[in-house]
Amino acid sequence: MITIITLGTNIGAKSREDGRAFDELRNLKIEAGVLERADGSAYLEFGGNKVLVAVYGPKESFIRRFQRPDRAYIRCRYNMAPFSVDDRKRPGPDRRSIEISKITAEALQPAVILEKYPRSVIEIFIEVLEAEGGTRCAGITAASVALADAGIPMKDMVVACAAGKVDGQVVLDLSEVEDKDGQADVPVAILPRSGEITLLQSDGNLSTVEFEKALDLAIKGCNQISEVQKEALKKRYGE
Amino acid sequence: MVNKMNIVPEITRKSITHLINNEERVDGRAMDEYREISLETGVISKAEGSARVKIGNTQIMVGTKPQIGEPFPDTPDVGVLMTNSELLPMASPSFEPGPPDERSVELSRVADRCIRESQMVDLEKLCIIPGKKVWMVFIDLHILDYDGNLMDAAVLGAVAALKNTMIPEVKVVDNEIIIDHENMKPLPIREEVVMCTFAKIGEQLVIDPSLDEEEILSARLSIGITASDKICAMQKGGDSPLTKEEIMNAVKITESKSKELMKYLEC
Repeated sequence: MITIITLGTNIGAKSREDGRAFDELRNLKIEAGVLERADGSAYLEFGGNKVLVAVYGPKESFIRRFQRPDRAYIRCRYNMAPFSVDDRKRPGPDRRSIEISKITAEALQPAVILEKYPRSVIEIFIEVLEAEGGTRCAGITAASVALADAGIPMKDMVVACAAGKVDGQVVLDLSEVEDKDGQADVPVAILPRSGEITLLQSDGNLSTVEFEKALDLAIKGCNQISEVQKEALKKRYGE
Repeated sequence: MVNKMNIVPEITRKSITHLINNEERVDGRAMDEYREISLETGVISKAEGSARVKIGNTQIMVGTKPQIGEPFPDTPDVGVLMTNSELLPMASPSFEPGPPDERSVELSRVADRCIRESQMVDLEKLCIIPGKKVWMVFIDLHILDYDGNLMDAAVLGAVAALKNTMIPEVKVVDNEIIIDHENMKPLPIREEVVMCTFAKIGEQLVIDPSLDEEEILSARLSIGITASDKICAMQKGGDSPLTKEEIMNAVKITESKSKELMKYLEC
């Protein structure tokens, strides 16, 4: 009888710049409840990314035109610290952070039971303290933990992860260098229990086959990260 | 600005004031006692210098970024220090997103004066080509959690981050600036500086006011002092006046308390 032993998961594939396998995530650490004033908070380190998220609410919405008579709305602000990148970023929102704020709120919305809090607002503040590729996904993942830490009822905890194409190969969780040199980046957020997708962007060139491969890989990554999210909450609140 | 201040219930105001008039504080501290302080440096690898400081539950992340730029025309052969602070909406329900408000501007200007006037950083050594190119060091104060006394935390964090800052070696060859990222050197630092903030509540002065105390204070006094006891910055705040005796008393306490704060900056 002949047994075939396969060593490693990416035989024949070029190794990545940081030595990871094609389907390997960077080191991930999540801590819940790190801030005093905020109603909920989470700190996340993902590779070289350091992200802090605070949640306030549900509270009365003072901006009338956003108020909904039958449910709460989510207001999200994604912001990068001036020292989070190589060349100092000027403080304040730019077009990129405004877009990310919008899609982050939309990615988280389907999980939150907004009908419970009419006329209210839930505020999510995402601060990128250090950026190393994939900060929007890191922000969404941490925001879910902060929402849970704030005690906001949710159907599920949204989790995000990116896949992409580097050197012609579909890989999971692009680092900053891979994002810069790569051919495509596909950030995805899912509701892990149903597998439904709440965020999808794509930047670059992929064939249909490659896209499906990237999507599957990102979902696989999301499911792994989801376990770390749950661990963070268990650690904070006990089993 | 003023109408954004939280309304403090009269009963809270009275009980805190009553305690302080009896030389007691809500959290059990002495009049001249700081809350627990923690200071970590080198926490952000993308920043050339960084520090995370906590005084009680107040938390600030400070990052420094040196850049090459043009000097000011009136000081053509010295480097530039720029201090900026962001009172992030995550830090307190009373902080709003948007351009810096007057609290934020006051904080960064006081911290800036304290560091600049202490001459802690030898700015003359940051000149590259006189009149043309100098190092500009940006100090960004990122306020993460607000539980009172941002001034002392900001100065402590900024000084720690500056001490932690590395800048690349620079050579000028035929009007070309060569930046050598392989050879990093620390910023030229002379002596440290710290700031001590007092709040006048009732008839007493208390050091390191917590948020509860800050919200009811009648006057505030911040004093910047160097390691060699030179007073390099002061700022009075709040609606009520202070007497000369109160101010001199605060200066005296600052002289001894600053030694305690300096210990966190060692290493």
